[in-house]
Amino acid sequence: MSLIVENVSKSFATKRQQIHTLDNVSAEFKQGEFVCILGPSGCGKSTLLNIIAGLEAPSGGRVVLNGKEVKGAGPDRVVMFQEAALFPWLKVIDNVEFGMKIAGIPPAERREKALKYLKMVHLTRFQDAYIHELSGGMRQRVALARALTLDSEVLLMDEPFAALDSQTKSILQLELQHIWWETKKTIIFVTHNVEEAVLLADRVVVMSANPGRIKKEFPIQLARPRQPENVDLTYLVAGIMKELKEEVEKVAKAEFDNNWRLQKNIILPSIDSDLGSGL
Amino acid sequence: MIAIWEAVYRLGVDILGLWKPYLFPSPLSVVKTLAELVRDQTLAIALIASAKRIVVGYLVSIMTGIIIGLTIVRFKWLDENVSALILGLQTLPSICWLPFAILWYGLNESAIIFVIAVGSTFAIAIAIESGIKNVNPLFVRAAKTMGASGFKVYWNVIIPASLPNLITGLKQGWSFAWRALMAGEMMSATKGLGQVLMVGRDLADISQVTAVMIVIVLLGVSVDKLIFGRIELDIRQKWGLDRS
Repeated sequence: MSLIVENVSKSFATKRQQIHTLDNVSAEFKQGEFVCILGPSGCGKSTLLNIIAGLEAPSGGRVVLNGKEVKGAGPDRVVMFQEAALFPWLKVIDNVEFGMKIAGIPPAERREKALKYLKMVHLTRFQDAYIHELSGGMRQRVALARALTLDSEVLLMDEPFAALDSQTKSILQLELQHIWWETKKTIIFVTHNVEEAVLLADRVVVMSANPGRIKKEFPIQLARPRQPENVDLTYLVAGIMKELKEEVEKVAKAEFDNNWRLQKNIILPSIDSDLGSGL
Repeated sequence: MIAIWEAVYRLGVDILGLWKPYLFPSPLSVVKTLAELVRDQTLAIALIASAKRIVVGYLVSIMTGIIIGLTIVRFKWLDENVSALILGLQTLPSICWLPFAILWYGLNESAIIFVIAVGSTFAIAIAIESGIKNVNPLFVRAAKTMGASGFKVYWNVIIPASLPNLITGLKQGWSFAWRALMAGEMMSATKGLGQVLMVGRDLADISQVTAVMIVIVLLGVSVDKLIFGRIELDIRQKWGLDRS
């Protein structure tokens, strides 16, 4: 498997100006690699993922998967979205089978495979439930099982845990590590959460905003499974955070009024304050 | 309710003499007339005639409604130009089509069926159009990344996803069709529920008029509850829309 992103650009024309969401982004993804794309909101990381998925067309450059240029979406690049995007009119098991049904796999075979992956995400008990009966975390598990059934080359994940509460999130992060280990899939994972990126990835790609470019890459060589409270992990997080902070500030400046400064918004008392000593 | 009705009748007609007996029905005479209508099979014949018309008319309107709806969704320029016209046509009471239908078909079944079909087609077409437009685009994107395209997206995602809206449209279409049927029968039919209603008027038989009105209401309610109500409930439960 080889996935190469070659000089991909994406720009929108508004009435006033040309906005470059992505500017000449190039990257290469290796077989079985877990890559996190990290960046402030609005840096074009989701756009990049959509272009790899084929849901959006780049305005320049191209994405090449196994020597073939990507044109349009396809089951070789399954996407997991921030919302589970499960179909409310289908039972859990039918949702998991959906992709296989489209591919024309016979019913018995796809049932067997769907159950295998539902087992992997520990939801076999809920196979006959409807989607509204599941919690947010369970929905993402079903979405993950559905994505895995397609045996895609690459699994693209667009902030899949961003809408979950932190306990559910950390359980799912741990499980995703296991599942990645078991299935040896190539995963491209978009997130704005530094801890999450360092916890999961072999390689963290930090993007800059306006225009969206790849700023820096950090290889993460820590033993797995990783725990969020690990000291080495925290050290790496701090390093990446520093890189990211500049970008966050840049985006914030573009969005807020001119007189906004990051320093001003610090709640802690400054050393100049008298701490109420004149009372 | 019936007791109050009877009391009002007694008071208004018998005691105070405010109304003439042929202007205000008593529940007793309504029931009697109803029994009579059932016994001499007037009601059965009328029901069968009406049922035939509405089934044919409604099916025609579903088919044309679906075709119009899908065509509008498919072609954007049609949507921009024709949607307003369809909305306008829907506001036109269906009975206004009767003169048109009589000129086209003459005084016969086809004219009434035409009026029924026209009455509900546009409601169904609009429901289909808005149903499809309101499908969560995330569903379509997810289906596409799983390899679905073209017809498969329509069949497996867009149609089931727009079903709640479709059912509402079909239900609305049904009630329009039912009204159109009654209007059409009252104006031009030689049998059917609407015609029995008009006979009641011609004979100044207020009990018959009321009896037929009750039958029409009961039929409308029972179709709504038994057919559409069940489908709707089923969908709402699956989608989890019923939790309050």
